[in-house]
Amino acid sequence: MIELNDVSKVYSNGVKGLEDVNLKINKGEFVSIVGLSGAGKSTLLRSINRLIDISSGDIKINEKSITSASEKQLRLIRRDIGMIFQSFNLVKRSSVLRNVLSGRVAYNNTLRTLLNLFPQKDVDLALKALERVNILDKAYTRSSELSGGQQQRVSIARTLAQEAKIILADEPTASLDPVTTKQVMDDLKKINTEDDVTVIINLHFVDLAKEYSTRIIGLQAGKVVFDGTPEEATPEVFEEIYGRSLKEDELLGEENL
Amino acid sequence: MSQRDQLKKARARKRGKIAIILIGLIAIYVWAISGIEFRGIQETAGPVTKNILKGFISPDWSYVYSPDGEDLIRGLLETLAIAIAGIFLSIILAVPVGLWAAKNLSKSFITSQSGKGVLSFFRTLPDIILALLFIKVVGPGAFAGMLALGIGAMGMLGKLYAEEVEAMDPGPVESIAAVGGNKLQQLAFGVIPQVLPGFISATLYRFEINMRSAATLGLIGAGGVGTALIFAIQGRSWDRVGIILIGIVVVVLIVDLLSSALRKKIT
Amino acid sequence: MIDTKLNGPLPAKPSRWPFYLFLLGLFAIVLISAIYIGANPITFIQNSDNMVDLFVRMFPPAWSYIATTTPAMLETIRMALLGTTIGMIFSIPIMFLCARNIFRLRWLVELSRIGLNILRTIPDLLLAAIFAAILGFSPLAGIVALSIFSIGIIAKLSFEAIENIDNGPLESMTAVGANKLQWIAFGVVPQILPHFVSYVLYTFEINIRAAAILGLVGAGGIGVFYDRALGFFAYDQVLALILYTLVVVIIIDLISLKIREKLL
Repeated sequence: MIELNDVSKVYSNGVKGLEDVNLKINKGEFVSIVGLSGAGKSTLLRSINRLIDISSGDIKINEKSITSASEKQLRLIRRDIGMIFQSFNLVKRSSVLRNVLSGRVAYNNTLRTLLNLFPQKDVDLALKALERVNILDKAYTRSSELSGGQQQRVSIARTLAQEAKIILADEPTASLDPVTTKQVMDDLKKINTEDDVTVIINLHFVDLAKEYSTRIIGLQAGKVVFDGTPEEATPEVFEEIYGRSLKEDELLGEENL
Repeated sequence: MSQRDQLKKARARKRGKIAIILIGLIAIYVWAISGIEFRGIQETAGPVTKNILKGFISPDWSYVYSPDGEDLIRGLLETLAIAIAGIFLSIILAVPVGLWAAKNLSKSFITSQSGKGVLSFFRTLPDIILALLFIKVVGPGAFAGMLALGIGAMGMLGKLYAEEVEAMDPGPVESIAAVGGNKLQQLAFGVIPQVLPGFISATLYRFEINMRSAATLGLIGAGGVGTALIFAIQGRSWDRVGIILIGIVVVVLIVDLLSSALRKKIT
Repeated sequence: MIDTKLNGPLPAKPSRWPFYLFLLGLFAIVLISAIYIGANPITFIQNSDNMVDLFVRMFPPAWSYIATTTPAMLETIRMALLGTTIGMIFSIPIMFLCARNIFRLRWLVELSRIGLNILRTIPDLLLAAIFAAILGFSPLAGIVALSIFSIGIIAKLSFEAIENIDNGPLESMTAVGANKLQWIAFGVVPQILPHFVSYVLYTFEINIRAAAILGLVGAGGIGVFYDRALGFFAYDQVLALILYTLVVVIIIDLISLKIREKLL
C-alpha cells in the first residue's frame, strides 16, 4: 500500500509541483494519472520512489516512510519499486540481458554486481522475464538494435526481473506508435492481474486511461482534482481536469486500438 | 535621422573599430620584434644546414640495428614503452579525477569545480618539467619519463573524460538509482557503459601526443630515442641525426594511422 | 519462488573469450612495456623521501626570482607570438593545397597532405634542438622551431575547416566567372576566416606553453632558467618559475578564449 500524506513539492525556482496531495493506493490497483503537462504527474510519480525529494509531508510504502528513510533503507524500498520511463532509459550499448539484470543490482553485494557475476538464479529470472515479454531471442543483442517498442519491453522485463511489487510508469507509451502502445499496455495489465503488482501510470491519452485502469486520478496545478473509477470519469470530468474540452491529440482514437 | 545617415554612422563605427584593432596589433608586433635580441646567425649555419640535409639523404643505416648496445630500434622501442606505460598510469589516475570533476555526478558545485581545478593545474605543467622533477626523484632514465607522462597526461585525459561524462544521457543512471542501485552500481551500470567509447577515443588521442612527448624526453635525460638524438646533435654526426629523425617520423606516423583508424571504428 | 523454467529455446550465448583475450593481450603489452623501461614501483616508494625532500625544498617559493626572470618571460611571449605569426603566414598556402575541394590536382593535394602529416610527427622540442644546432643558442632557433610547429597545427585544422564549408557561395563565384584567386577570396575566405583566426589563437596558446620549455635545449625563453635552477638544486626557484609560467599561461588562455568566443 502506498500512502501520501499532505505531500507538497516546491521546486527551487518557486514552481509548485505538488500541493497537499493525500492519496492511498492499495495493492493490485491499476492507477492512471492524467492532467495537462506541467500538472505535476511526473513529480507525483518520482516522489513515490524519491527520485525527487518532497518539500513537506510524508510518503509511506507498505507502512515504511520513504521520505525519512536512510540511504540504505531507501535502496531497499526502491528494490521493490520498478520504474518505466518514456525514453526507456536503457544503456543502449549494453546487451538486453545486462539491462534486465541491472534490475537485480540491489539484491546482490556491490562487488559481485560490478564484476558482472550475477547468481544463476538471477540470470534465470531475467531470461524468464524476457520470455514473458516475448523478446527472449534478443537476450544477447545490443539494446540499440531494438525498436522502441522492444526497448520498452526490455524495461518492463527489468521490473519483472526485479520482482517489483509496484511499477511506476512515466508516460511509457509517449514515444511509441499506437500498435506498440497497445502491446506495452497489455503487458503492464497482464503483470498487474497475474502477479498482483500495483501499477501507477502517467498517461497522455485519456482513452487509454479509461480502458486499462481501475482508478483514475486527475491532477491540476499540483492538486488532486479527481479520484475515481473509469466509469465515473465522464467527458465532463476530463473537461474539468484539463480546464477545457479534450483535444484530438489527447485521444488515441478507437480506430487505432 | 535618415537611413543613409544611420548606415554611414554604422560604417564609421566599424571602421573605427578596425583601426583600433590594427593599431593594437601593430603595437604588439613592434614590441615583439624590437625585443628579440638578434645576435646574428652563426657563420656555421650554412654548412651545418647542408650537412643536416646530407644526413637526411644519406642517413646512417648501420645505426638502425646493432646486435650489441645502443641502436635506433631499441631507442624507438623504449619510446613506445614509455608512451604505453605512461598512458596506462594516466588512465588509472584520470578516471577517478575525471569522474570527480564531472558536474553531473556530484551534488555540489564546489566538488566538481575543485576536481576541475586539480585537472587544469596538471594540464598547465609541461611534461618536460615534470620529467626534470622525476629525474630528481628516481634518477635519470625511462622510468622518470614514464612517470612524467603519466602525471602530465592525467590533466588532459581527466578533462576529456569529465566532458564525456557531462555529455551523457542521465536516464540510464536514474533508472539504476530507481531499482535501488548504490552509487558504485549506478556508475558501473549507468555511466561507464555509456562513456566507454568516448573514454577510449580520448585515450587514443592522448596516446598520439604521448608518442611525440616520449620522443623528446630523452633530450633532458628521461629515456627514449631523444637521448640518442641529443648525443648525435652534440657530436655533429648528422647522418645519425637523419636516421633518428626518419625513425621517429615513421613510428609516430604508424601510431597516428593505427590510432585514428581505431578511433573511427569505435565512434 | 517464481518458476523460471523457459518454454522456448535459449538464444546462443556469444562467447566472451575474444574479449578476454584482447584484455589479456593489452595487459601483457603494458606489463612488458613497464618491465622494458624498468618501471619499478618499489624504486618509486624507496625514493619517495626524495620526493618529499623535493617538495619541502620547494617551499616557500623564491618570489624574487620572478623579477629576475621577467625579461626571459617576456622573451618567451615574443617567441610564441612571432613563431605563431610566421607559422600562420606559411599555413595559408599550405592549407589551400591540402583541401580536397579547392584544387583539382589530386596528386598535389595528396602529396601536400602527406607532407603536412610528416611535419606534424616531429615534436616542437626536437625541432628546437635541431635549429639550436643550426642557428646557435638563441631565441631565433625557438622562433623558427615554433613557426614550423605552428604550420602543422594551423594548416591541419584549417584545411579540415575548408573541406566543411558550404558549397553555395563557391558555385555562385564560379557562375559569375571568377578566376581561382577571386574564387578563393570571395567564396572561401569569408567562410573560414573566423575559424582560421580562432585556430591561430589556439595555436598561440599551445605555443606559449611550448616556448616556455624550449630554453632547455638552448632555444631561448624562460626554459633556460628552469635548467639553471634545477642544476643548482634551487627548488624554491623552480616552484616560483612553475607558478609564474602557470599564471602567464592562464592569463593568455583567458584572453584568447574571450576573443575566440567573440569570433565564433
